[in-house]
Amino acid sequence: MFKSRIRDDNEKTNNEILFITYVFTAVFVALIGYIIYFTAFKSDSVINNAYNIKRGELLEERTVRGSIMSGDGQVLARTVTREDGSTVREYPYGNVFAHAVGFMAQGCIGVEAMANYKLLNCSDFFADRIKNDLSGVRNHGDTVVTTLDTSLQETAASALGDRKGAVVLMDVKTGYILALVSKPDFDPNNIDDIWDDINADTENSPLLNRATQGLYPPGSTFKIVTALEYLRENENAASYEFDCTGHFEYDGVDINCYHGQNHGHMDLGLSFAKSCNSSFANISSGLDKGKFAATCNELLFNSSIPCPFSYKQSTVKLDGDSDSADLIQTGIGQGKTQITPIHMAMITSAVANRGVLMEPMVIDSVKTAGGAVIKDYKSREYGRLMSEDEAAGLRELMRGVVLNGTGSKLQGTVGYEAAGKTGSAEYSRDKTKSHAWFAGFAPFDDPQVAITVIVEGGGSGGDTAVPIARMVFDDYFNGK
Amino acid sequence: METIIYVFSNYILMVLMVVYAFQCFYVFRYSSEKERDGIYLFQVVAMSLIYLISFGIIWIKTGDVNIPGFYGLSQMILWALILLYRKLYPEANKLLVNNMCMLMSIGFIILARLNYNKARKQLMVVLFSALLALIIPFVLKRFKRLRRFYKLFAIAGMASLTFVLVFSRAINGSKLNIRIGGVSLQASEFVKIIFVFSIAGILTCSKSEKRLMMAAVVSAIHVLLLVASKDLGSAIIFFMVFTVMVFVATGRYRYLFGGLAGAALGSVAGYIMFSHVRIRVLAWQDPLGNIEDYGYQIAQSLFAIGTGGFKGMGLFGGTPGRIPVVESDFIFAAISEEFGVIFSIGMILVCISCFIMFMNIAMRFNDLFYKLVAVGFAVTYGFQVFLTIGGVTKFIPLTGVTLPLVSYGSNSIMVSLIMFSVIQGLYVSVRSSNTDGV
Repeated sequence: MFKSRIRDDNEKTNNEILFITYVFTAVFVALIGYIIYFTAFKSDSVINNAYNIKRGELLEERTVRGSIMSGDGQVLARTVTREDGSTVREYPYGNVFAHAVGFMAQGCIGVEAMANYKLLNCSDFFADRIKNDLSGVRNHGDTVVTTLDTSLQETAASALGDRKGAVVLMDVKTGYILALVSKPDFDPNNIDDIWDDINADTENSPLLNRATQGLYPPGSTFKIVTALEYLRENENAASYEFDCTGHFEYDGVDINCYHGQNHGHMDLGLSFAKSCNSSFANISSGLDKGKFAATCNELLFNSSIPCPFSYKQSTVKLDGDSDSADLIQTGIGQGKTQITPIHMAMITSAVANRGVLMEPMVIDSVKTAGGAVIKDYKSREYGRLMSEDEAAGLRELMRGVVLNGTGSKLQGTVGYEAAGKTGSAEYSRDKTKSHAWFAGFAPFDDPQVAITVIVEGGGSGGDTAVPIARMVFDDYFNGK
Repeated sequence: METIIYVFSNYILMVLMVVYAFQCFYVFRYSSEKERDGIYLFQVVAMSLIYLISFGIIWIKTGDVNIPGFYGLSQMILWALILLYRKLYPEANKLLVNNMCMLMSIGFIILARLNYNKARKQLMVVLFSALLALIIPFVLKRFKRLRRFYKLFAIAGMASLTFVLVFSRAINGSKLNIRIGGVSLQASEFVKIIFVFSIAGILTCSKSEKRLMMAAVVSAIHVLLLVASKDLGSAIIFFMVFTVMVFVATGRYRYLFGGLAGAALGSVAGYIMFSHVRIRVLAWQDPLGNIEDYGYQIAQSLFAIGTGGFKGMGLFGGTPGRIPVVESDFIFAAISEEFGVIFSIGMILVCISCFIMFMNIAMRFNDLFYKLVAVGFAVTYGFQVFLTIGGVTKFIPLTGVTLPLVSYGSNSIMVSLIMFSVIQGLYVSVRSSNTDGV
């Protein structure tokens, strides 16, 4: 191999040198192309990072921060220049959009945080920008248009009232987040003054966006997942029968129905509608642990979720080696399972949308301050979480909850028929205390929106959470 | 009003840089030296303006009384270098001299902005190195038997790398520096020069049938010593230099592709064997996801480049100080943040121009030894530029090498200046004698 002759001096060896020169030049051109591509298209999302706030503040000195608009054309946040030239950020809706729109101060949350550099970027014609630069006029940052709806958001916020909790309303066909409320809230207009107080308030954690970062035991709303697994494992689910005596014992595990109720003879639909723990403990005890765990993972437990807001991961502690207690507790939504309201809304919206989850989105488009559209974000399918048949089966079960079970407060609605699942999730040793859940959608025959409501310590889902969902649905379908 | 002036000057700097870079390539439209000379002169004016404006801003912003003196002295040195080269070596390549001074100008500006003390230290090294740069062509003209010492070069190279490996203290896990009489020497920088000479000498002078084998063994020892010192950036540069030199010497593509395949295999082996290589790769794949530990450097670099955007934040408009080791390995990010990506692409074009001029000079030599030396230096320079800029922009994993002539680092800048002047020296000696050195 090393016997090759070295050339004599007078031999021309320039072809090789030329070749190397071309190769290096090509590599450098690729590098330059990459840098241009990065700066033009990639840098926006990279620099919008919590570790890069200082540079944003520097940009803010030269650019008037852009406005944030609702989907129905209202201003949710704007920067106003005072007479002395200083600027102030205004939030016309005060507390209502506290977590959804958020703020950019000592900390940063919400749309203000996720669209920080979009709001500081000016997409006006470059000649105008240079002209502004050279004449000392601050460029006006772009406007970010959200999918949020002021009316629905206000309805959700007032329906939740002073109680701690969250409401998420999503369009199941587009993934648009129409309302996202977390309580307790705060007034972002005074963020600098109240920052120290709300930051130190660990008892109420007003800064926590409970809709996306609050992890709660799902309670009976998890029976949607358990029912899905039962449908998957049993072709003749329709012939399921169970006699409820108010409690159920299996392998040393003792399960009681909510408030010790005795549900009597039931099929699967009625078990689901009445949210019978005994029956679902019975169902869970027969499930394949490994497959059940796999189904949970397919529904995005223990994994990242496509959520535009900062969020926490939902968890299910279950695998092929789990014991019966874990299996049954998981199946009825107690045990070690934890879920965020937005994740529950995503699962519900996939059920409503024939099994397909649309990626939740809150930024609809970016416009120049003058109103020219720079970027229009399209709805995107995240993927199929379950088959069409499975989704249809779950929708029937959820309709039954309203017709024959715990969701009866959604009966008699005008202009739409709703479906869903209630939950009353025990969260402490005191079995009388529970979080009130409702996860539902409407209309039943052609679902458009999915809702998730949680009220901390709200008691029964059917009594507390369902009426909140009804008020929001009424507003959506009938306008208040 | 004040801000308008800063913004305005930032645009001016950008335009001057683009014009300068454009002329690096446009100059070849003209065949006569006289016409080219006009462009070279224009380039000197452009770089002097960039220098003047930038230091004006730095002076106003810092109010540091040392700045005007620093500006005057450093500008004098750069001008003297250009003038003296013209007077002493009329045959020298003027574009290369211009580019050398342009890159040093950018380096001084950004160093003075980041850390005045480091800029001052850099200036002292440049003052000394510039003298070397002026003398080297003169020495090479007289001393034409350099190639006979290839064995000495090879042994000296291996010995100094071994010495550093054994006696130096590790900094950040890499054994790079050795302190002699208060001066910190980075052996791998200086060995770059004699390595190229030794391989060129082995390939052209040795009578041995097995000279390719000999070159391979010498290179392998160099590379392994560098790997053992955990100086992987230098190791991969040495390997590339060897591969290309053998390719040019033999004209066999199989050596080139064999060498590249070897480099790929070596990288995989490095990935498997060394945790610090794996960390570099992880940091490259997802710097933002690992921002709290090993992704921090690259994430900060990307923040700087991305926030600066095409037009930059202006001198003192950004926060490049947040990037770790910004004065040396990450200087490109600082330049991009404040001068803008358009300016830094202009700077990359100047680097490409230097590389092409090295190769162009290599093509003009009839003597294979000189050819190989020029090609070896060209690849050393070009590949190092690619590694550092590619690394800080996340194009390739970070290897931690400096940007020649721009980055802070006494060894780096001295060696870069020596390389540039050796090339000039060989070129001058061949052009003036018109006989190939023996």
